Amino acid sequence: MAFITANWNPLGEAFYRKTELYEMCWNLRDGLRDCLVAAAPYGGPIALLREPVRRSPSSRPQLEIYSASGVAIASFPWKSGPVVQLGWTVSDELLCIQEDGSVLIYDLFGSFKRHFSMGQEVMQSQVLEAKVFHSPYGTGVAIVTASSRFTLATNIDDLKLRRLPEVPGNTWSAGEPTCWVVLTQDRQTKVLMSNGPELYILDTTSCTAVVPPGLGPQAGSIVHMSVSFSYKYLALFTDTGHMWTGSSHLQVNTKKTTPPKQMVWCRRPKSQQPSVVLMWDRLLMVAGVTLTPDPRFPLEDPCVLIGELDGVRIISSANQELLQEVPLVCQEIFKIASMAPGALLLEAHREYQAASFGKCFLTDFSPEAFVSTCRELRVLNAVRERGVGLPLTHTQLVYRQFYPLAIEVCRYLKIPDYQGVSRVLKHWASCKVQQKDLSDEAIARAVCVKVGDSPGVSYSHIAAKAYECGRPELAIKLLDFEARSGEQVPLLLKMKRSQLALSKAVESGDTDLVYTVVTYLKSEMNRGDFFMTLRNQPVALSLYRQFCKLQEQETLKDLYNQDDDHQELANYYVTASYREKRLESRLSLLQTAVDEYNKAKNEFSAKATEEEMRLLRFQRKLDDEKGAGLLGLSLQATMEALLALGLHKQAEQLYRDFRVPDKRFWWLKLKSLAEKEEWEELEKFSKSKKSPIGYLAFVEVCMKSNNKPEAKKYVSKVTPEQRVKAHLAVGDLEGAADAAIERKSDSELAAVLARCPASDRQLLDRLNRAAAAAAKK
Amino acid sequence: MAAHLSYGRVNLNILREAARKELREFLDKCAGSKAIVWDEYLTGPFGLIAQYSLLKEHEVEKMFTLKSGRLPSADVKNIIFFVRPRLELMDIIAENVFSEDKMHSPRDFHILFVPRRSMLCEQRLKEQGVLASFINIDEYILDLIPYDGDLLSMEYESAFRECYLENDQTSLYHTAKGLMTLQALYGTIPQIYGKGECARHVANMMLRMKREFAGSQNQILPVFDTLLLLDRNVDLLTPLATQLTYEGLIDEIYGITNGYVKLPPEKFAQKKQGEASKDLPTEPKKLQLNSAEELYAEIRDKNFNAVGAALSKKAKIISAAFEERHNAKTVGEIKQFVSQLPHMQAARSSLANHTSIAELIKDITTSEAFFDNLTVEQEFMTGVDTDKVNTYIEDCVAQKDPLIKILRLVSMQSVCNNGLKQKVLDYYKREILQTYGYEHILTLNNLEKAGLLKLQSSSRNNYPTIRKTLKLWMEDANEQNPNDISYVYSGYAPLSVRLTQVLARPGWRSIEEVLKMLPGPHFEERQQLPAGLHKKRQQGENRTTLVFFLGGVSYAEIAALRFLSQMEDSGMEYIIATTKLLNGTTWIKSLMDRPESQSS
Repeated sequence: MAFITANWNPLGEAFYRKTELYEMCWNLRDGLRDCLVAAAPYGGPIALLREPVRRSPSSRPQLEIYSASGVAIASFPWKSGPVVQLGWTVSDELLCIQEDGSVLIYDLFGSFKRHFSMGQEVMQSQVLEAKVFHSPYGTGVAIVTASSRFTLATNIDDLKLRRLPEVPGNTWSAGEPTCWVVLTQDRQTKVLMSNGPELYILDTTSCTAVVPPGLGPQAGSIVHMSVSFSYKYLALFTDTGHMWTGSSHLQVNTKKTTPPKQMVWCRRPKSQQPSVVLMWDRLLMVAGVTLTPDPRFPLEDPCVLIGELDGVRIISSANQELLQEVPLVCQEIFKIASMAPGALLLEAHREYQAASFGKCFLTDFSPEAFVSTCRELRVLNAVRERGVGLPLTHTQLVYRQFYPLAIEVCRYLKIPDYQGVSRVLKHWASCKVQQKDLSDEAIARAVCVKVGDSPGVSYSHIAAKAYECGRPELAIKLLDFEARSGEQVPLLLKMKRSQLALSKAVESGDTDLVYTVVTYLKSEMNRGDFFMTLRNQPVALSLYRQFCKLQEQETLKDLYNQDDDHQELANYYVTASYREKRLESRLSLLQTAVDEYNKAKNEFSAKATEEEMRLLRFQRKLDDEKGAGLLGLSLQATMEALLALGLHKQAEQLYRDFRVPDKRFWWLKLKSLAEKEEWEELEKFSKSKKSPIGYLAFVEVCMKSNNKPEAKKYVSKVTPEQRVKAHLAVGDLEGAADAAIERKSDSELAAVLARCPASDRQLLDRLNRAAAAAAKK
Repeated sequence: MAAHLSYGRVNLNILREAARKELREFLDKCAGSKAIVWDEYLTGPFGLIAQYSLLKEHEVEKMFTLKSGRLPSADVKNIIFFVRPRLELMDIIAENVFSEDKMHSPRDFHILFVPRRSMLCEQRLKEQGVLASFINIDEYILDLIPYDGDLLSMEYESAFRECYLENDQTSLYHTAKGLMTLQALYGTIPQIYGKGECARHVANMMLRMKREFAGSQNQILPVFDTLLLLDRNVDLLTPLATQLTYEGLIDEIYGITNGYVKLPPEKFAQKKQGEASKDLPTEPKKLQLNSAEELYAEIRDKNFNAVGAALSKKAKIISAAFEERHNAKTVGEIKQFVSQLPHMQAARSSLANHTSIAELIKDITTSEAFFDNLTVEQEFMTGVDTDKVNTYIEDCVAQKDPLIKILRLVSMQSVCNNGLKQKVLDYYKREILQTYGYEHILTLNNLEKAGLLKLQSSSRNNYPTIRKTLKLWMEDANEQNPNDISYVYSGYAPLSVRLTQVLARPGWRSIEEVLKMLPGPHFEERQQLPAGLHKKRQQGENRTTLVFFLGGVSYAEIAALRFLSQMEDSGMEYIIATTKLLNGTTWIKSLMDRPESQSS
């Protein structure tokens, strides 16, 4: 422990240390010379393509995949075209970008997954250089062609190719970029490129020249550039050996005129100072604010630098090292003569072996951080085990198919099941369904046993994987385990099991989902089959009817026809008739409605509709003859209008033809005559026969027209039951009192009493006496 | 703002807060200034969740009503459409997006579907070629909206019609989803009872949804003990009857929408002394009605005949309180008096408002027409002459009274007679068609389909049995100091509430026979609670039941349930939920078809 600081190298305020992670397990005959190398970040796997440029057809280059510790995972001869660049996606898939712009995707175990192209024009002009980059949207690919045009895709899983604008004509003869990097900023992906001393930012629409502050023309042409892991920092290297890292005082003269082979940012979150690692053939240099003394490390073998979140991995054929800034807390513990608490604690531990007990006395200190840190350290130790090879997060663990270990880790770290174990199981099941040597039956059983009803594992997701691998039968078997019927629908549709999809959608109760399947079926099937399918699903059928009511009236009719639903058909024609402006078409639609009502054995509606047609014809006739303006009025309103026009005979005709009840007609005529103040007519009418509505109505209607004398004429004809009311209506209190007393009814007496003014003592007494007598009975 | 939601047995403000939080989160997703384009139907319900101030805090600068054509200009970064998932609205949105001037004002578009996004609608937008123009397409799950401390409504107007006429169970799916949300906030409801086809369907969906989320167990101590799901068609009678509670009458006469009522302004004119009231206000007076208003909470559920007394009692208390100022002698006393002044003034203006409303209503309830109508209703409910053509209805038709009134009465007679004889039914129908127009044949067909009008089948009329067993008619209903729920209709006890009451005690087993006469299955389901969540009930602690009316509920029914909650020995408190708050008029209206309006 005394030598813990032996490999610390000071640079300005900070220290840098280089520690060995692994002695590599691999045995590379020619080292890393003449290789394309790509290592995934976060301690990820390493891919090697040997001698990619040799194009003799007899010797194919070999593609090899190793874990970070150098354990071979896969190896196969490269049979496709020449590769320009290798790279890893965020989910540990290997991207091989070929000269012709096609990108081949392999999984961690070297099996081919799919491929895509970076565009037609790329194919012609060939890829000069390519870069794989990561952003919150996923993994992206950027390429530059021999004709100096950039094309990029921000997310290869949702491929949208963007061709960047051309760099404007410049003095530089070649036109091709000297060096470039991809930046992602504010949800935008841009390319920064240099063309000699000039610097441009390219985005989808524009090309803007930029001048880095403090980088004068005397600094020379930019020959190398690097962007930090977080895309926040930029380093430029010029042909005069100067390095620029953002602001003028960070301009460093490396005194090296050859451009470095690699230049990588080396910083950690909360870093004390930014610094850049530069690598030349036999030298590694850490460059920071101050140049002297900059840590330099000699290199024996060709190496590859991998930028990480918190340092730089250096991979050589023999070993793998991590170069990083020493964290401040470590510095404080181990710096000479440090009095920081950590240092004191360490000293105490050394002296008394008691420091680990010390934490017991820190009453205000929550032990949780300590416990979880220990737990995480143990896990990281376990996964650094050579056989596993270094991944840092449990997601990475899962992708490496160490399922039991991953589950153990989840449980150990107490990650909630639906975030931890379930995700591992899901991944496992998705791989399981791809095992070609097992039968559908066996796989379905295995998946069901392991996954059971773990929360958050979607069987439809697993089934989708099975379908993708060309195993529809297995997919269906797996879908049966899916509890959420709604989730099953999209896949079933994709698999063309539309009937099943429909019944699952109905089962879910989600009507929108039913609609979705129905619209899908409509476009997929011929009309007959479509209708038949709906017929077997009443819920779907009624929903589709609803849809048609709003959107496709004609289809609605066909649906009713198919079901022989004559009642609804008739209603349909009735509705349609009201949309018609022309009377002939209206009548013919109504006639069809009558026929349908008859077929539906709805006698009443058939007759009513016939009546309606008769009325319409009658109205038109009168409109033609007399210009009465009747069309569209109800029967009652028609009679009313006729009476108002004095066309009594025609009104009477309707009354008879349509068998209008006497009562209603009497009311109508009574009101109409009173309104026109034809009092003689009214009296004649009242005597035409015994009134079916009684004579109180006559009294009230006359009073409403303010004709008391006429009203009085009818009082005597009112039945005894209503006589009090009639007398009161015409304001004849005496008469009302007489009638009430005669009838000995307390409620009627009370009604008269209520209207009786206090001044009329005599009448009041008489009524009170009668009321008392009535009450006695 | 919404404190009255938290006064009740169940703090419904939690639901409102959850809804507000979600709204804020969505608004923040669209960074920068924004304008909201409203589907007009949504503004009322949204008003109960969030006022304009909340929207403003989240940079909503403008609000428009959704209509076809071009969007009004507004210097904002985002345009957000708040819409129900309806195809016709999608077409309007597409038109809006198309006519946007893309060169001058690049604005970001978003859609918020309420209460649920719809693939059908998105497909429509895609067909119209505008789907890609939207940056965010989201859903705002607003199923159950808190209306008061004990009342939730979905305000889904067409729910009854869709369920019973069109066999479209969308509203039931939303109901089940809403109940799942409610359970997520208030714990799993251990017992579910139900009566009716729709109730069965909702319960099935709930149980299925619970299975689907089997993994994530709800760890909230259940607030509700029981859920009772009731189909509206189990009790078609109650909404047809004229409600006689204060709130019920306000709704019958003026219509309450989203907690507000609009009243004729004359009675509310500010009369200053010595000034002739020459310029009467012409705008209707808009009042908010909920339990936040102390006086209203006190009188809303009373029979209207008891409201007058309550108001005059209140008047005395208030004037006594104002008189107190003369007794205030010391500075301290005066200070205390002054501090109570705002509260007293609010009480006084509240009293003035309700006195005016009560006067307006009284003018109507004392009219002969109202009395005659009520008499006939009560005759039907007590089974007098329900099998003959009713003279009063005939007269009303002859006088061309509003069609809905006629439909309400005829439906009521049919329901109380378990259907009408062919001759009687045909007579009424002819009367209606000849008087109001043949186009109403569609409406009549609808009413028959919904069971409101019915041809008497050979089986005997079982309404009297139901009436007697459930004691639906109480001769001596006490309107002033009620001792039974029948006070809400001055004699008629709403069937739906009787079923609820019997379920609590002595249980439905005692009325098996009657339950069989009512349509649809009745059932009971239990939902397992995780260990440790079983309530340990205190001695005498009330149980809580959520009564969900599928297809709508009337204010009088709500009043009756509140009455049961307050009864000392009931041991049960009720929270009420529904697809729609309704009365006979709005209900019948929702079932009408007007072909002529389609032609325009």
